[in-house]
Amino acid sequence: MNKRFSWFNATSLTLGFAFLYLPILILVIYSFNESKLVTVWAGFSTKWYGELFQNEAFMDAAIVTLKVGVISSTIATVLGTMAAYVLVRGGRFFGRTLFSGMIYAPLVVPDVITGLSLLLLFISLGVDRGVTTIVLAHATFSMCYVSVVVSSRLVSFDQSLEEAALDLGCTPWDAFRSVTLPIIAPAVISGWLLAFTLSLDDLVIASFASGPSATTLPMKIFSAVRLGVSPEINALSTILIGIVTVGVVSTSIITKRTAVRRRMQEQAAVADR
Amino acid sequence: MVNFRRFFLILVPYGWLLMLFLVPFGIVLKISLSDSALAIPPYVPKLDLTAGWAGLMDMLRAFDFENFIWLTEDNLYWKAYLSSVWIAFLSTVLALLVGFPIAYGMANASEEWRPTLMMLVILPFWTSFLIRVYSWIGILGTQGYLNQLLLWLGVIDAPLVILNTNIAVYIGIVYTYLPFMVLPIYATLEKLDGDLLEAAEDLGCSRFQAFWLVTVPLAKPGVIAGCFLVFIPVVGEFVIPSLLGGSRTLMIGKVLWDEFFSNRDWPVASAVAVVLLLILIIPIVLFQRQQQRQQEAER
Repeated sequence: MNKRFSWFNATSLTLGFAFLYLPILILVIYSFNESKLVTVWAGFSTKWYGELFQNEAFMDAAIVTLKVGVISSTIATVLGTMAAYVLVRGGRFFGRTLFSGMIYAPLVVPDVITGLSLLLLFISLGVDRGVTTIVLAHATFSMCYVSVVVSSRLVSFDQSLEEAALDLGCTPWDAFRSVTLPIIAPAVISGWLLAFTLSLDDLVIASFASGPSATTLPMKIFSAVRLGVSPEINALSTILIGIVTVGVVSTSIITKRTAVRRRMQEQAAVADR
Repeated sequence: MVNFRRFFLILVPYGWLLMLFLVPFGIVLKISLSDSALAIPPYVPKLDLTAGWAGLMDMLRAFDFENFIWLTEDNLYWKAYLSSVWIAFLSTVLALLVGFPIAYGMANASEEWRPTLMMLVILPFWTSFLIRVYSWIGILGTQGYLNQLLLWLGVIDAPLVILNTNIAVYIGIVYTYLPFMVLPIYATLEKLDGDLLEAAEDLGCSRFQAFWLVTVPLAKPGVIAGCFLVFIPVVGEFVIPSLLGGSRTLMIGKVLWDEFFSNRDWPVASAVAVVLLLILIIPIVLFQRQQQRQQEAER
């Protein structure tokens, strides 16, 4: 234990994490409640999970959400990586300030404004609103997050590696593919994951961008939750929380392992010399 | 060839953002200057492209600031702006009071524990925002778990009304935005040199004095960053006031939503959005400057 770690620190960490995790824990526990009355415990049961999977509206919304998430985060990753590359390596070009402004602005503009402005655009273009418009909307705000994540990685790595590849006769594309991309790959992957989570999570922008033909899971949850707590929503939340927990914990274990392996390889390389 | 590739690389994301970020804002601005009408879409004038230049001039002539004047005349709007800023301010202070001790505890924990603690702070951030807000409905309701517990303990005789009040909104905001406060503060505290504290104590400071005179000033950049990261998004928050707040909770994000979806008054909704953006520009610019200064200081 660190010598500076005091009782005050221990208490604030305990209380802090209790505050962060108790609400989620209660939600998970009560999703296994037999009773329809969500605040009264009436014994263990998994019947709400069964009802959830038979609820077609929820299942349809889940499929729409996954579809939107995968497509939009893939587009966002490609565009965001391009944008990051342009910002970090692109040099000067006409309208660079505007470009970097447009990358950072969506991170701070409230969702209601982004949603409203996109809806007004789709209407004035006469586009039918549905899955496609949600994908466009999500790809737009997620690409900014991806580009921030990727550009922080691009800034930190040694540019002479790229230059060496070019000097050794690589075309710019080859140099990007065989030198730059492997180095920024972890950032690109975490950018994709971030974009995917943002898309799964978004209620406000999706509500503006979608039409009557497409409902995402957050929209469905929101309209159900407005009527109060329901055991089916508890079950759905538990499933989503479970997926996220497994995802985050396993990613962090994998990154830790690769870091350890890389350090060992580096040490071995040094020892060989 | 190389130039063509570079051009393409710049043009694709640039064009995308122009089309789906900047142009939509132009449309919002345009509609905020228009008049509402019983039509589809529900506003006039529309740009008549067939009339060419004359059509554009006709449209510009029909523009006025009526909707913005309306915002100042109707009490609802400026009260909603004020109350959004006030709620955001108060919840930022609360988040700081809750978040600082957590960040401080994390920074003082032993090094092998830090990554785990860090992951525990980030994990809720990856979990659905909507679900985290929803989890408080069951806790704070009159028959919720909190009231059940307090009644059982005999602390209160009648259930407290917390859900659908501003108190529930504060709790919800502090809960969901806490990682944004904790992480930047932790980042600055983690880098803090322990020798400085020892030096202060050797020079006669008590442990608390050392904390107050060394740790707090050095944590200032993290505190400022955390405060901005909470304050800015909370001003335009929609989900928390509509799920946890009551009919008397006034927040501008909710007003904008209702104006658009319930009243279908697009010009007023657009004007509300324009003013909200103008209000947010001040903290955003301040934040950007502070970040830049920070980066330069670290160089």
